[in-house]
Amino acid sequence: MESHYFPIVYLFGNENLAVNLSNILMITVSMAIVFFVCFFMARKISMYPTGAQNALEYLVQFIKNIISSNMDWKQGKHFVMLGLTIILYVFVANMAGIPFELATQDHVVWWKSPTSDPILTISLAIMVIVLTHVYGIKMRGLKEYGKDYFRPAPFLAPFKVLEDLANTLTLGMRLFGNVYAKEVLMLMLVALGTSSLMWGIFAFLPTIIWQAFGVFIGSLQAFIFCMLTMVYMAHKVSADH
Amino acid sequence: MSIFAIPYVRMNDKEANPLIQEFTWLDAIYQLAAFAVLLLLLKKFAFGPIMGMMEKREKHIADQISSAEKNREETEKQLAEQRRLIEEARREAKEIVENSRKMSSQQADEVLASAKQEAERIKETALAEIYQEKTQAINALREQVSTLSVLVASKIIEKEMDEKEQEKLIQETLKEVGEEL
Repeated sequence: MESHYFPIVYLFGNENLAVNLSNILMITVSMAIVFFVCFFMARKISMYPTGAQNALEYLVQFIKNIISSNMDWKQGKHFVMLGLTIILYVFVANMAGIPFELATQDHVVWWKSPTSDPILTISLAIMVIVLTHVYGIKMRGLKEYGKDYFRPAPFLAPFKVLEDLANTLTLGMRLFGNVYAKEVLMLMLVALGTSSLMWGIFAFLPTIIWQAFGVFIGSLQAFIFCMLTMVYMAHKVSADH
Repeated sequence: MSIFAIPYVRMNDKEANPLIQEFTWLDAIYQLAAFAVLLLLLKKFAFGPIMGMMEKREKHIADQISSAEKNREETEKQLAEQRRLIEEARREAKEIVENSRKMSSQQADEVLASAKQEAERIKETALAEIYQEKTQAINALREQVSTLSVLVASKIIEKEMDEKEQEKLIQETLKEVGEEL
């Protein structure tokens, strides 16, 4: 596989202010897709739901179910929007790289799944974990939140801190790993398929299968990301677990 | 002056880390900011109204159910009331029939009794009249008989008896006759 590069620029010429324009583009595109699709689906809402409204309501119900399977609705009702945004964004971001990948002649990749960048997935995971801490403090008070590190036994405190770090890392890396692997294999299949006519015929079916599997993985990972967000949230905001 | 002061695409060495060519932490910041904006936009334009409507519908349904429940109770109450009224009406009708039956039988009795009474009275008057007539007839007869007998007697014994003795005899005879009657 030929190596490819990202369009990285440096703000103000500062080496420390690197920006991956591909990421910026794909984040913006994914979020725009999410927003506009939801926006137009929610154009006509009425007491008696039809078509698009039903779909969105189903999604809301789906997120509500995820939340209620983890915590009391009393606390969980604050996280519906978070869950919705996460699942939609991650889902669309995962899907973005499936139909095609765009790269320039000199192998600079512009179009890909933004979730195939570890920086983005881990920062998303960090955001989630930070939010769990914020809500943990907000909903239970600093004292209860702090005490939780010494439960059930004080000597477990270091492990609890480690758990938070591990959660962040696994949450981000799981998403990244899945999507990145999907993209790598996709690129390989496409490269194989376009290498010769014969390979094009042989690689056609596997590419289709892999794309289908990519859709499956993408959906699953979006669901898992959202589910784990709520699981970690429940750990911090629920009084007993 | 553009913010991208030196916009150039950096080509890494082949040995460079293929996953993270550069630690582009600004991407992460951008993503988080965009995420926050997306969340707010979705809330404002898509899911806020949807969830509001869902809540409204839930409330609407709950209201409908409770009002249906209330209506049912109301209807049941009314039904019971109607049933009670019908029962009452039926009882009243029965009472009325009973009363009229009683009254009619009483009236019949009364009519019968009054008829009987009337008959009795008529009979009595008739009897009294008969008695009166009879007395009158007797008296008349008595008078006639006395005159007749006087006439007969005077004719028979015109010369044999004096006036006084004759009268006495007549009276005696008449008394006898009168007692027999």
